[in-house]
Amino acid sequence: MKIEVLGGGCANCAKLYKSVEEAVKTMGITAEILKVEDYDKIIEYGITSTPAIAIDGKVMSTGKVLKPAEVQSLLEA
Amino acid sequence: MLKIFTLFGDWVSYSILGLSEESRVGAAVQFFADDTTKIFFLLTIMIYLISFLRAGLDTDKIRHYLNGKSRFAGYTLASGFGAITPFCSCSSIPLFLGFTSARIPLGITMAFLITSPMINEVAILLLGSLFGIKFTILYVATGLSAGILGGIFIDLIGAEKYLMPIGRKAADFAADETKSHIQTGKIQKSLNIKKRHDFALEEFKTIFKRVWIWVIVGVGIGSFLHGFIPDGFIESKLGSGSWWSVPAAVLLGIPLYSNASGIIPIAQSLLAKGLPMGTTLALMMSVVGASLPEFTMLRQVMKPKLLLIFFAMLLVFFTIAGWIFNLIF
Repeated sequence: MKIEVLGGGCANCAKLYKSVEEAVKTMGITAEILKVEDYDKIIEYGITSTPAIAIDGKVMSTGKVLKPAEVQSLLEA
Repeated sequence: MLKIFTLFGDWVSYSILGLSEESRVGAAVQFFADDTTKIFFLLTIMIYLISFLRAGLDTDKIRHYLNGKSRFAGYTLASGFGAITPFCSCSSIPLFLGFTSARIPLGITMAFLITSPMINEVAILLLGSLFGIKFTILYVATGLSAGILGGIFIDLIGAEKYLMPIGRKAADFAADETKSHIQTGKIQKSLNIKKRHDFALEEFKTIFKRVWIWVIVGVGIGSFLHGFIPDGFIESKLGSGSWWSVPAAVLLGIPLYSNASGIIPIAQSLLAKGLPMGTTLALMMSVVGASLPEFTMLRQVMKPKLLLIFFAMLLVFFTIAGWIFNLIF
């Protein structure tokens, strides 16, 4: 599973990244967590607000700093 | 109903601390205690209520809605949406890129980005309770006009010519017919009362955490002005007679950056001390609307020339608005 955290590098993006890390740890799954800060790549996802999460290439959440529990429910879906 | 805060302020300053009503320190402390509690109370209610109503409206939906609208409708709608959407400068770039890629004209995108930092529901309701309905309508009308006229201006000057490579890429995306719809796998959840409440509570915590320090600083400065500046002082120096006070206020607002909630207590004191309405408005708009953080962000998608033109346009607009309101009121 590839999880990308999209965002230009502000504090919120860092928080979301931590949430994802925690969720993955809690769930005990194997996942590659990447931070995408380059706008050249972010633009390909067609989002309008950050921070955002893409799972295996599909955007699943935008503009919110999700809590670990919320990330978990995203991953479980 | 808000009298209770004035009474609280009186109690803290004159009863608890034993300061004199006539003293400057006494007046300043009273104002501080009065205003901080009042603003925090209003903020709590407003943020929760508005967030509750606003739950589910996000920028993706707005983009979808703006797509394909005629120019005139576009500028007006984008301004309106910007007014009701909370602003986060870190989202300026994704928003700019996302809207542009979806074939939304630059001017319409900019209309949104102009009004978004200037008008938010929280500021409006604060303004309404502290300044009265007249000033609030002025502020909102000016903000919306800035968005609409600014958007038109941006398109008139052909701003697409002045985009940074990443901005160009977004515009090219739009032109590319094979990439017509932006698809996301986002789970669209239906909203019920509980979800709205959860959202509103989250928004309240987030926004309050971001805003409270500005309120303290803003009211602090306001208290100082209230207690230590004599009533006629501002009027005598900067009263409606001096035309240059408006552009001066606008220029002063550039290096100053504040959240809309923080500048309001300061503006309140200035108005009370005799600063003309138009000048106060111009200062507020300049502080909130021409902000360095947002411009630093936009710098990444706009070439310096465009950014400068955009900036100058805003300043000219605020100045003219200030002059007009000084004449009317």
